[in-house]
Amino acid sequence: MSAASALSKSASKTVPAPSKPAADSSTLPPGQHGIKEHSDGRFGYVPVQTRSDRFKSVNVADFEAVTGREAVWKHSPVAKFTDLTAGDLDGSRYPVESTPSADISVEWVPRTDARIGTAGLPEERAAASAWSVFDDALAITVSGEEAKEIVVTRSGLGNNARGAHTIIEAKPFSQATVILENTGDARLTENLEIILGESANLTVVSLQEWDDSAVHLANHFASVGRDARLKHVVVSLGGSIVRVNPSVRLAGTGSDTLLLGLYFADAGQHLEQQVYVFHDAPKSRSRVNYKGALQGQDARTVWIGDVLIGNRAAGTDSYEQNRNLVLTEGTRADSIPNLEIETGDIVGAGHASATGRFDDEQLFYLQARGITEEEARRLVVRGFLTEVVQQIGSPELEARLQLAIEAELIGTDDK
Amino acid sequence: MSVLEIKDLHVSVETDQGTKQILRGVDLTINEGEIHAIMGPNGSGKSTLAYTIAGHPKYHVESGSILLDGAEVLKMTVDARARAGLFLAMQYPVEIPGVTVTNFLRTAKTAIEGEAPPIRTWIKDVRQAMTDLRMDKAFAERNVNEGFSGGEKKRNEILQLELLKPKFAVLDETDSGLDVDALKIVSEGVNRAKANTGLGLLLITHYTRILRYIHPDFVHVFVNGRIAEQGGPELADRLEDEGYDRFLVPSNVG
Repeated sequence: MSAASALSKSASKTVPAPSKPAADSSTLPPGQHGIKEHSDGRFGYVPVQTRSDRFKSVNVADFEAVTGREAVWKHSPVAKFTDLTAGDLDGSRYPVESTPSADISVEWVPRTDARIGTAGLPEERAAASAWSVFDDALAITVSGEEAKEIVVTRSGLGNNARGAHTIIEAKPFSQATVILENTGDARLTENLEIILGESANLTVVSLQEWDDSAVHLANHFASVGRDARLKHVVVSLGGSIVRVNPSVRLAGTGSDTLLLGLYFADAGQHLEQQVYVFHDAPKSRSRVNYKGALQGQDARTVWIGDVLIGNRAAGTDSYEQNRNLVLTEGTRADSIPNLEIETGDIVGAGHASATGRFDDEQLFYLQARGITEEEARRLVVRGFLTEVVQQIGSPELEARLQLAIEAELIGTDDK
Repeated sequence: MSVLEIKDLHVSVETDQGTKQILRGVDLTINEGEIHAIMGPNGSGKSTLAYTIAGHPKYHVESGSILLDGAEVLKMTVDARARAGLFLAMQYPVEIPGVTVTNFLRTAKTAIEGEAPPIRTWIKDVRQAMTDLRMDKAFAERNVNEGFSGGEKKRNEILQLELLKPKFAVLDETDSGLDVDALKIVSEGVNRAKANTGLGLLLITHYTRILRYIHPDFVHVFVNGRIAEQGGPELADRLEDEGYDRFLVPSNVG
């Protein structure tokens, strides 16, 4: 469903009764073209702030208890992770493994590290909880102009509720691919700051291949410097509830980001991503492309894509899209693109969202050409998700993800 | 020589109003190399016959049999029927998201042959077939039927017919919705496939115009779920002149 159609459909359903129409329209903020309420059950409530004005704090006490009615939480099963939003968290160090790589250091640094808080600040309670509690931050620092790759693995987090903080810094002119691998069990809320210096070229891949029981709430904050380029990839395959919300501020002139996402929700899985791109500098460019497949009873995905083109960001070019492929009955995919523009001087700004079904007629068509049912499903899913996989730029990881996607398909067939 | 035999076929579908009988005893034998046209008014069950041969799950076979060289087709899964040598060119081909024409064709060919086709000759064959059907090269990288016009979808069906080389093909109203140029291109493709592989064809159509380009050996008139009359190509000419009226509700006459 496109945002435009949601808006037009909403009017008759959610505008209050004609007895007081004036009150409703008078609460609309001026100056935002075409703004009116969505058909999403908020009954006429229209946020009066722009995306960048959301309340931010590193102190968990500044946030009310999570009810599930908040804009940032209303799609999430909040009752299933109250330990991460209201409980005491373990903020201690945990085991980390990393492949050796010249010019990339991986180390624990104290809370007082000057980089902490420079890429972004929490906008909700789980993020603030993590921020309040971590003892040391894991810092991955990239220097050197040669291309290189590092894999940082967390596999032993255990099932106690944790808060964590990570920094990835790419020094000016440096270049690297950083792959963050998450496996095993976890109950984790965390913040990841990504800081790109001038002309840095960094790829960050966050790979969620957790055990079936894991709960993972992550906020990624990135700040992209002048002429720097960030490729950010979220791959969520395993885990019970996985919510990875990347925010990228294009802070320097000519900064550029490509945000990719790939998710495959099985029966009972909740996979969510709230993506936010803030064009805060002239001639900045962004592309967002998230693709997901859903298969099995109560497989659930959420994608929210916010793009804000600030008044300083003349000459920007942005496009975001989300595509979902529904493979069986009993699933739900939410897809909500939002675009806010504060300057008229842009090169391009667009968004698209579509959720399509793989249905019995498609299956019949493929089978009528000799292709077995299993192969037909694999063909469709592989074809659909490959577009994202191929853009990651790490051949080894791409090959492994293709296999992981096939395993997802087979895994659900067994259930 | 291959033969496809349809014997006393009775087929029903479930509708909101209950079970509805559509085919009421169809007998038809097609030998390899023969072209049979099945003509009939709307709702006579022509497409049901096509989909029943292909194995669409919506249609329930009440009785009868379909034999391909003596083997019972009705016991085969949809994909096994295709691998056995049957092909259905659909009236409304569906869109397959995320699967390019190239990928689809190669996967289908591999499934039918039991092994991947040699890459070099395969690419050449695909290109040649696309050129013959006046399909732009860009088609190969588009998702199957996604955003295709009606004529492009039909050409894509015939492309598959030419490349998959079945023993028998059922063309379900392949002529519908085609302008005369596209009709000629598609008909050429069908004739080329027949010349190359000698397949048997079951051509289902409401109109006679495709029969100007694809010449049938036999014409069967389908009315109310069974074959009401059959003959040679001259029967098609007669239908062109007279229409289907004489087969419909004779009590109304006079």
